Amino acid sequence: MVREQVAEFSVEYVQALDEEGNADEAELPDVSDDELLELYRLMRLSRRTDERAVALQRRGESGTYAPGTGQEAAQVGSAIALEPDEWMVPSFRESAAFLTRGAPVHRLLWYAMGMEEGAEVADANFPPAIPVGTQPLHAAGIGWGHEISGERKAALTYFGDGATSEGDVYEAMNVAGALDAHAVFFCQNNQWAISTPRETQTRTETLAQKAVAAGIEGVQVDGNDVLGVLSVARDALETAREGDPVFVEALTFRRSMHTTSDDPSVYRTEEQESEWEARDPIVRFEAYLRDEGLLDDDRVERITDEIEELLADEIDRAKEGRDRVVPAEMFDHVFAETPPELQRQRETFRREEGDGEVATAEEGMSGEERAAGGEVTGRGDVREDRETAEDSETSEDEEVSDRGE
Amino acid sequence: MANEIRLVEAVRQALREEMARDESVVVYGEDVGVSGGVFRATQELQDEFPEQVYDTPLAEAAILGMGVGLGATGFTPVPEIQFASFAYQGFHQLVQHASRMRSRTRGTLGVPMTVRTPYGGGIRALELHSESFEAGFAHVPGLKTVVPSNPADAKGLLTSAIRDPDPVIFLEPTSRYRASRESVPEGDHAVPLGEAEVVREGADVTVVAWGAMLHEAMDAVEDAEADAEVIDLRTVSPMDSATILESVRKTGRCVVVHEAPRTGGLAAEIIARINDDALYHLEAPVERVTGYDVPFPMFAREEAYRPDAERIRRGIERALSA
Repeated sequence: MVREQVAEFSVEYVQALDEEGNADEAELPDVSDDELLELYRLMRLSRRTDERAVALQRRGESGTYAPGTGQEAAQVGSAIALEPDEWMVPSFRESAAFLTRGAPVHRLLWYAMGMEEGAEVADANFPPAIPVGTQPLHAAGIGWGHEISGERKAALTYFGDGATSEGDVYEAMNVAGALDAHAVFFCQNNQWAISTPRETQTRTETLAQKAVAAGIEGVQVDGNDVLGVLSVARDALETAREGDPVFVEALTFRRSMHTTSDDPSVYRTEEQESEWEARDPIVRFEAYLRDEGLLDDDRVERITDEIEELLADEIDRAKEGRDRVVPAEMFDHVFAETPPELQRQRETFRREEGDGEVATAEEGMSGEERAAGGEVTGRGDVREDRETAEDSETSEDEEVSDRGE
Repeated sequence: MANEIRLVEAVRQALREEMARDESVVVYGEDVGVSGGVFRATQELQDEFPEQVYDTPLAEAAILGMGVGLGATGFTPVPEIQFASFAYQGFHQLVQHASRMRSRTRGTLGVPMTVRTPYGGGIRALELHSESFEAGFAHVPGLKTVVPSNPADAKGLLTSAIRDPDPVIFLEPTSRYRASRESVPEGDHAVPLGEAEVVREGADVTVVAWGAMLHEAMDAVEDAEADAEVIDLRTVSPMDSATILESVRKTGRCVVVHEAPRTGGLAAEIIARINDDALYHLEAPVERVTGYDVPFPMFAREEAYRPDAERIRRGIERALSA
């Protein structure tokens, strides 16, 4: 009879900035002052983009949107660690990551406006993935490709705590480990999968330990600490570029709703929300930058103004694009070459509905008919968005400020 | 030049030639490397192309999901799913991602993946090794579904599938893998996707079939008194309606044969297309000779389930007698 321990595992937790913005010098990544300010600007831009996108939805100018409010540090800090030609493989809540990677705001809004134009691929960013937990396999495939072709690159994929219950996420980590895929699996544990809390999702003590079963490295980081995230993401990418995939669990909190179709007050308390308000990633980082002498009131105001100006332009551009949607284009990219039956359906459509006619604002995604039929939803229930809009104070505020443009 | 080879060898020949032609082609899946696949379709290919042939973990979603990532970033993935019925475990990757990547990114990203998988009955296999799910695949916009019936087409269609910029599911009829040696062109041989072939000309009735059923149909018409025209559909989606319609307009009668269950099968789609464009040329209702709406039985009952020459002959007789 033999009984002995044959393996032992542990999970590390990393934090560089605490909740008050005090830095642990040993954990701070090497970042220039300009880069620090850029991180701050991107987090602020992301927060404000969320607010404006939600307001657009509330006014019926856009469809369902999934805000990443509260998760800015997790996304900005990790996305900025990728090289521009390395693939980012997002879920559907990665506005901040897209903005960090240089995607224009109007593209994000187009996606929320129900337009494939918003999912066009310009740089090394995969389009949003709506089915939960499916896209880590794409990153595993990209990363395996880097191993096959001997490229010193890595792919980084985002998913949430809920996704770790999906089989594909485990399969992705397992095949990545087995095939030496150059992939970083970046889990934003925002504590909620719509209404399902993290503790209902799984009995594991940490999500990072799910990497253990796949034989890859798993690490936990304070996801509201942009510098800690950056440090961990840089290390993870360096490791992955050598063919050793890494799983990162960023501990954060979805401060806002799942999507604009969701009402978190049904399933969580204000106490739970205010607890995380104190750990807000932007407040913390701003305190640090002020302490470091990189930010003062004037500079904050200037950044605020620049963001407002940028968003005003981008929202105009998004609306203009929305009003130019050509319905018949849905037939154009099903295949590289349109087969005969599809050509025939397109011809019938054009004959009956107009030959590639430009949609008017009334016929576009903002119109009631199309809003009903063209709703893009997150996973979960779909509600009449305007119902929730009526009792939202934010919506009222935004309407005023938007009219004032 | 032509050589006499079996269907499984024709598949291997296409894989070999396409890997030699294009180093972006990557063949991978469960047991495809060292062992050469459960049907030996990839036998010895790993020795010849060690950088292009890989064994993977046993995970269908991963095999197809990684194909999305590989295909979108410059590779030409040619994964094998060991049996078509196990593709269900990765079906979501085909439906949610591979098939719609081009459309949802407005042509800025595509997935040139060819998924090879053995399908169909007739080899006395275990449960869930014999299904014909082509109608399910054909129902997915953006996905092409191809079924060869003979060695030459297996090579030619697979070559075209691999070269195609869009995802293709390539269903190889298990019962035909080693059924016969037939002449296959050596060297570059591409049979265009989306084109059916009239394999036997006739004046009295049109018989449409594909894959293993094509051979049952040929056996049936050999003995039939009528002069039957037989069409091998080859690509079931996107379907070559024109060839079927032209034939039906000539014969006025039609029998569609498939191994898959009857309800929602591709025969229904073919009949609908005839209804749309050739109804007034019909002399009789179009007949369906298909599997039954039952789970594919275990092999003690599979002969009772699968359409054979006798059932097809009866279908032809019904079409002629009306």
